[in-house]
Amino acid sequence: MSDDDDLILSDLNDDELVDQMKDDLYDGMKEEIEEAVRILLERNWTPYDILTKSLVAGMQIVGDDFRDGILFVPEVLLAANAMKGGMAILKPLLVETGAPKMGKMVIGTVKGDIHDIGKNLVAMMMEGAGFEIVDLGINNPAEDYIGALQSEDAQILGMSALLTTTMPYMKVVIDQLTEMGKRDDYIVLVGGAPLNAEFGKAIGADAYCDDAAIAVQTAKELMARKHNVAG
Amino acid sequence: MHLPADDILRDTGYVAGSAQPSVLVIACGALAREILALIAVNGWSHVRLTCLPAILHNHPNKITQAVEDAVQTHARDGLEIFVAYADCGTGGDLAKACARMGVKMIAGPHCYAFFDGLTAFAARDEVTSFYLTDFLARQFDAFVWQPLGLDRHPQLLDMYFGNYEKLVYLAQSEDAALTAQAQAAAARLGLAFERRFTGYGDLSRALEAAI
Ligand code: B12
Repeated sequence: MSDDDDLILSDLNDDELVDQMKDDLYDGMKEEIEEAVRILLERNWTPYDILTKSLVAGMQIVGDDFRDGILFVPEVLLAANAMKGGMAILKPLLVETGAPKMGKMVIGTVKGDIHDIGKNLVAMMMEGAGFEIVDLGINNPAEDYIGALQSEDAQILGMSALLTTTMPYMKVVIDQLTEMGKRDDYIVLVGGAPLNAEFGKAIGADAYCDDAAIAVQTAKELMARKHNVAG
Repeated sequence: MHLPADDILRDTGYVAGSAQPSVLVIACGALAREILALIAVNGWSHVRLTCLPAILHNHPNKITQAVEDAVQTHARDGLEIFVAYADCGTGGDLAKACARMGVKMIAGPHCYAFFDGLTAFAARDEVTSFYLTDFLARQFDAFVWQPLGLDRHPQLLDMYFGNYEKLVYLAQSEDAALTAQAQAAAARLGLAFERRFTGYGDLSRALEAAI
């Protein structure tokens, strides 16, 4: 981006800059987002505040407009890419500054399916909310999910499927956990456009989530419930 | 029979066929040419075809309602109705709606599977292939490239197709020009190309059984 644009960003006061960041995120302007993140860091904002008040808040607007059919896939992808740029700057600093740790999630798209845009978005928003993410990518057999849950000592399993032919595989994974006597050790969240709450219930997941914001909210609620039961 | 323009099939929908029908086929616009061809070769003079816009496929949560509305609109005409859609990403909702309305539909997940043949398709287990049909080969720009924003944001290509290896053109017809178009699409996506002749596959079997 040109120096002119940079100058304008740093001329804005904090509130104006955060609003501008939401606009830039909406428009998928990665360089502007990275620049604004650096400006807020220079102004002594904590990495956690930058993340939640600008990036996560901005991405929520994108998510809502996608759900309402105002934005389509390319706009979401561009916005996610811009947010990723900002996150890359903040991530190492978040660890240093002791941002809240909400829990650990293993996430991936199921075997036979290589749709990953929605899954990546959920992973990013969960990360933005303070969850640690182990992203297994696409086309995952049950043993990969279960192996990672154990080796990473995670509390949450997230599975994504976009195809009618691959969504039943989620039940295979859950059944395998049940057979091992480990089903209740984990919170299982499922998602993907062709799924619905009824399906989530039928396969024995803890919850079906319509979008990334609901995934974050549900994970927080179920983690809190788990702590209460355990404590 | 006169063939409709592809942009009409994509965005608007279409009606054709018998003026005094006893069977109505409600189909996805992406199947219009193929179904009209089957009507012609089989001499199904009692069949009328009505098509919904093919572009509904990019919003599968709207497909079930659109089909239900169409069935309801035509139910008054007292025709026997067949829904020429597979599941198409409705997660079983379309099948439930059709069962509720007492109309038959095509079995299987999507047109790639039923053109290939459901059994053959499942057995291939081709995870990293992207499919084109005749309709999609013809409509590649309007149906794939533009809706995915690749005309405006070519840098997104790798995020969409980075995990794919091969474009498989499932050909319904022998058409060298169309094959060249499919091959050009593969090149634009940076994928290897394979052509597989399927003919109408399970589409013709499903229609023959229903008509
Ligand atoms: C983009 C897209 C593609 C891209 C995928 C690029 C990529 N890297 O992922 C491309 C073009 C490559 C593609 C390929 C194919 N696709 Co496609 N694709 C779509 C499309 C248009 C959008 C999906 C998407 O990315 N949405 C954007 C994201 C943000 O939304 P989302 O995925 O729903 O995710 C949100 C929620 O569902 C939820 N969520 C998702 N996952 C998870 C996980 C957890 C744990 C939680 C809590 C929540 C959650 O939160 C997300 C964020 O809000 C859909 C139609 C649609 N509108 O859904 C078809 C669709 C899914 N595809 C379909 C098909 C058929 C295919 C192909 C077979 C087509 C072909 N010609 O070969 C191949 C499949 C290959 C394979 N083996 O996987 C069909 C499926 C039909 C069916 N019966 O199942 C659909 C429904 C289109 C249709 N109606 O025909 N596709």
